[in-house]
Amino acid sequence: MSLRAQDPRETAEAVARRSYGKLVAFLAARTRDLAAAEDALSEAFSAALADWPIGGCPANPEAWLLTVARRKAIDSARRSRTAEAATDHVRLFAEETDAEGSEIPDRRLALMFACAHPAIDANIRAPLMLQAVLGLNAETIASAFLMSPAAMSKRLVRAKEKIREAGIPFIVPDREDLPARRDAVLDAIYAAFAEGWSDPGTDVVRRDLTTEALFLARLVVELLPEEPETLGLLALMLHADARRATRRNENGDYIPFAEQDPARWNSAMIGEAEALLRRASAHGAIGRYQLEAALQSAHIHRRRTGVPNWAEIVRLYDALFAFSNSPVVALNRALAKAEINGAQAALQDLDELSADARLKDYQPYWAARAELLAKAGAQAQARAAYEIAIGLERDPAVRRFLQRRQASLPA
Amino acid sequence: MHYLLMIYSNEAAMMNRTKPEQEQMIAAYTAYTEALKKAGVLAGSNRLRPSTDATTVRIAGGKSQVLDGPYADTKEQLGGYYLIDVPDLDAALSWAARCPGATHGIMEVRPIWNMTSYP
Repeated sequence: MSLRAQDPRETAEAVARRSYGKLVAFLAARTRDLAAAEDALSEAFSAALADWPIGGCPANPEAWLLTVARRKAIDSARRSRTAEAATDHVRLFAEETDAEGSEIPDRRLALMFACAHPAIDANIRAPLMLQAVLGLNAETIASAFLMSPAAMSKRLVRAKEKIREAGIPFIVPDREDLPARRDAVLDAIYAAFAEGWSDPGTDVVRRDLTTEALFLARLVVELLPEEPETLGLLALMLHADARRATRRNENGDYIPFAEQDPARWNSAMIGEAEALLRRASAHGAIGRYQLEAALQSAHIHRRRTGVPNWAEIVRLYDALFAFSNSPVVALNRALAKAEINGAQAALQDLDELSADARLKDYQPYWAARAELLAKAGAQAQARAAYEIAIGLERDPAVRRFLQRRQASLPA
Repeated sequence: MHYLLMIYSNEAAMMNRTKPEQEQMIAAYTAYTEALKKAGVLAGSNRLRPSTDATTVRIAGGKSQVLDGPYADTKEQLGGYYLIDVPDLDAALSWAARCPGATHGIMEVRPIWNMTSYP
């Protein structure tokens, strides 16, 4: 096997990347003990790094790691539990031995459904998935979610305890429950992506998780290929990521969407996203992520023709609003309508929305309001709205951008 | 795994039910209990007298302190429970959702602490 010739460390790292979640899912599926599975696997990886440089890489590194991890898990269960409970635990770990030698079954989807179970707090689902499926450590996840590592670590431990002690099963739900449960998995993946997406590009300390989120979305597409919403989510993420490079200029300055150069968007990603969206629409079951992806797709119109198709965009926002009833969607719809009906009409729409408390500290609301006020000639009010938007923004590049806009208002 | 399904409901609303409404509810609970038995998952169940019949006791400063009424004076009170034995939380939740208590109140599902797994 070609792996034998490779550097043992590289092999271990390659296996870790490819198989981490698969091994965790397999080890924890019966015991529901994620922490024990992760500990055993991390010991197995340490053993590999000590053993492989001397003895050479095994022919099947994945099976080697699984065997060692299972032995470690059984040892640890014997050490830490009473005789009776340890017997149960050991039996559960040992029962999995049947699969030895053959291909390790892929239970990552079941693992993701356990992480995004309704009994788990919605805010910890994405971090939990990133840790269990991809092996990200608490520090990295905490950094992406703007949380202290200690607090993140504590919440992850608590969530794993809940899975184990409350008996949350590692199974893919049946047909009846699948739509709602699938949405929870997709929402968690999108949350991980959105954290990375809003990541200030100039802030190198904060970890960007878009690559990881894309990996998870691709994994769900691979394991649930007939779910249109899953395809829609991946399409949405690819469309957004295709524009990543054009969000900043060479000085790291923020470039708003309307001023981005469509020719610089990533064609391969857009092509893949469009194909996924076509595949999704063939199922004839529309959903939130397909609509959001379709909105991104509508912007492609500008890439082809140089002119955005605002009528189509407003229509899609209408449909999306019917699904989500979200004030953010309503805001974006009002802004799209402004392109057709003018700033004054849009300001009236925004006034109606301003009653929603959720928009009060939402930076894009104030930035949009400021733009519209400026267009309508209400300079003093525009200046005040920019002031609020600047105060709410955490990305220094966007803050600079808003400050420049504010400064450019006629006195 | 064993789970305790606790039925929390508004006692005042329960007391204000008409006779036919009460009969209907009792019939629903009877049918639910039968279904649990038939499925072979029922390990125990009881209805509790209202919280006005509750008494709390605690030892403070070496002396026992007895008070009339429930521990927490909330609108919803624990009114009864089912103890069931099912494979996992999903099964427990689906039984909890079928309980008439999920309609007229709130079901709290708690796993039983398995003492053998505690060192």
